Amino acid sequence: MSQATSVPSHEHHEHAHPPGLQHHFTDMKQQFEASKIGMWLFLVTEVLLFGGLFVGYGIMHSKHPEAFIAAHSHLDWRLGALNTIILLVSSFTMVMGVWAAQTGQKQKLIGYLTTTFVLAGAFMVVKYFEYSHKFHEGLLPGKFYAHQGDTVPGQFMFFSFYFMMTGLHGIHVLLGMVAIAWLIYRASKGHFSSQYYGPVDMVGLYWHLVDLIWIYLFPLMYLLS
Amino acid sequence: MAQENVLQANGHSAGAHLDYLDSSKGLWSWMSTVDHKRIGLMYLWSVVLFMIVGGLLALLIRMELLTPGPTIMDAETYNRAFTLHGAVMVFLVIIPGIPAALGNFALPLLLGAKDVAFPRLNLTSYWIYVFGALMALSTLVLGGVDTGWTFYTPYSSTTGGGVSMMVLAAFVLGFSSIFTGVNFIATIHKMRAPGMGWFELPLFAWGMYATALIQILATPVLGITLLLLVMERVLSVGIFDPNLGGDPVLFQHFFWFYSHPAVYIMILPAMAIISEVIPVFSKKTIFGYKAIAFSSVAIALLGFLVWAHHMFTAGMSLFAGAIFSFITFFIAVPSAIKVFNWIATMWRGSISMKAPMIHAVNFLLIFTIGGLTGLFLAALSTDVHLHDTYFVVAHFHYVMAGSNLIALLAGLHYWWPKMFGRMYNEKLAAIAAALIFIGFNATFLPQFLMGSRGMPRRYYNYLEQFQTMHVLSTIGSWILAVGLFLCLGVLLASLRGKKNASANPWGGKTLEWQAASPPITHNFEDTPVMIHGPYDYRPQPVPVAVEREQGVSH
Repeated sequence: MSQATSVPSHEHHEHAHPPGLQHHFTDMKQQFEASKIGMWLFLVTEVLLFGGLFVGYGIMHSKHPEAFIAAHSHLDWRLGALNTIILLVSSFTMVMGVWAAQTGQKQKLIGYLTTTFVLAGAFMVVKYFEYSHKFHEGLLPGKFYAHQGDTVPGQFMFFSFYFMMTGLHGIHVLLGMVAIAWLIYRASKGHFSSQYYGPVDMVGLYWHLVDLIWIYLFPLMYLLS
Repeated sequence: MAQENVLQANGHSAGAHLDYLDSSKGLWSWMSTVDHKRIGLMYLWSVVLFMIVGGLLALLIRMELLTPGPTIMDAETYNRAFTLHGAVMVFLVIIPGIPAALGNFALPLLLGAKDVAFPRLNLTSYWIYVFGALMALSTLVLGGVDTGWTFYTPYSSTTGGGVSMMVLAAFVLGFSSIFTGVNFIATIHKMRAPGMGWFELPLFAWGMYATALIQILATPVLGITLLLLVMERVLSVGIFDPNLGGDPVLFQHFFWFYSHPAVYIMILPAMAIISEVIPVFSKKTIFGYKAIAFSSVAIALLGFLVWAHHMFTAGMSLFAGAIFSFITFFIAVPSAIKVFNWIATMWRGSISMKAPMIHAVNFLLIFTIGGLTGLFLAALSTDVHLHDTYFVVAHFHYVMAGSNLIALLAGLHYWWPKMFGRMYNEKLAAIAAALIFIGFNATFLPQFLMGSRGMPRRYYNYLEQFQTMHVLSTIGSWILAVGLFLCLGVLLASLRGKKNASANPWGGKTLEWQAASPPITHNFEDTPVMIHGPYDYRPQPVPVAVEREQGVSH
């Protein structure tokens, strides 16, 4: 892509340019390792982004323990558990997708990626039903909280965090679905091989983090006592 | 010397390829470029533009403070002016200034690489920066922001105007900063020239590495803090509002958990440039290479443990205060290690006071004043007296504005021939440097005095007893402005001339001086190999491999 606008300085390449290798890297190994460092650093920033919310949640929870416990009983832990299982299975299919990419099995790669995509969609569908139920009951964040008949005051704070944290996580799931769809498209075009599968690996790492964050969100939101 | 001849030959054999400035034409070829050098220049011009915006605001603020009571604007306008000045200078000028502008240009060249690890991410980071900048400036038409750049709650969550837009702008700008940081760390890990181990890295790269660590670890926390503030404004989520069971001081903790390390995002790159300039213009091997390298990393890590020293008077246990005070004193140690090593490098060197070196020496003086006055603020008892006075304003301008800006100018004059292939008027550049130094000190030294006598910061009005100091400070701001515009004019004037710079006008030993001035798009005709240390000024350069075996330190 960048080659088009620039004068290549190394006409004396003895070896052919492997597909997928960008001009400024010496070889595939260097490119893969650089991307891997970049991806891990990006995941660190994601952990810290959510970290701020987790800290805020922890402090407010310790200030208002009764309100948090009373509020969490409005959530249905079975739906949360279902979504946890869905994401865990999707992490597994993602791992299998990365394996298929590494071993150059195009059809299996597309199959596993599609399964992961469908599971991510299922997660969002469950989330949609949960959210609309909360909206219906008036269990909304901050000043929009309108639930009637509370015995413990201050429950809006729990729902502030519930919607901010699961909302931000949901956005990450949606972005993950976009990334997986992009992988499926590229895989169907035959872009990946056992020599070049970096993007599958990177999206895989991202997807595991999205899964991992949910593993922490589930008990914090659904299993308080 | 044979070595120099090789460099010269390399420099002039660039005829085979056009340099990166001429290799393709047209506005679109710049806007869509993935060349780190072009992206660096686009950042540079943007930073210069916003520095002019922020600088003009500063001149207006100083003009208003010339006399007690209203001078040229009303109190509301004044609040908006200093907020916009702070936000523009911090988020659009100082934080991207050295890493994104000079770092983008110089880092891959110093490493002997063709580009940064992720060129497209680099371009993305630039356009996110532009977008964030437009968002920040759009607050001007949304009624302005009057919270100060620190956006303290509960005022920021209740006041009107464009607070949400400004806060979202800072959030967006954070992405740009994170992308640059990710890029630099991956680049330093994986793109080094053959033969360049970690301890043959130029110190600029160590500084950029430490900066990038902070950008990656701190910026996301600011991002989520600012999002929480927006949520507080839009939904009243309650986290920062005491009426709803929240805690406004929690915002300060969150904010400074980012923004104190961000102070080191501002100073570490400055130190990184000084570590390059001083050995080259002293013609002497850097003293204490490892001490300087590790002190950068130490500052980056310790910088995360001192945030609450901004909050000694905000309500905190004495025990916590004492710990934060102690760590704050402790972080002065690695900074001082650097200063002593730079001075030791200059000692008995063959010093030539060219423009970059004048700026570097000015940096040493200004950074020392800024650093030492920080100790007054780190001490719990004196901080109670000095907190929220002009003493604090003067202190952080010495460290953030003075040190950062003057180091930026040192680096700009140092790499200008490499960037544009042209030499500037040395004499006028030296005069500009002197004016900047005098103007800066004239502006901010009086502020230490009036601050210690009780002049509070951010006040529109003041007692008559402070007027002499305010007048001095305002006159200083005019001298500073003249110096900066002269400096800009000298540099821009050089662009009209022919490309007359040699590949290595200063006799530097780092790899960027082996590329032509200006370099070709892929930087080097042939991949450079590290054959001697980055600051090896001994008459017979000792090859790196031999040096490693003999255990000779730089």
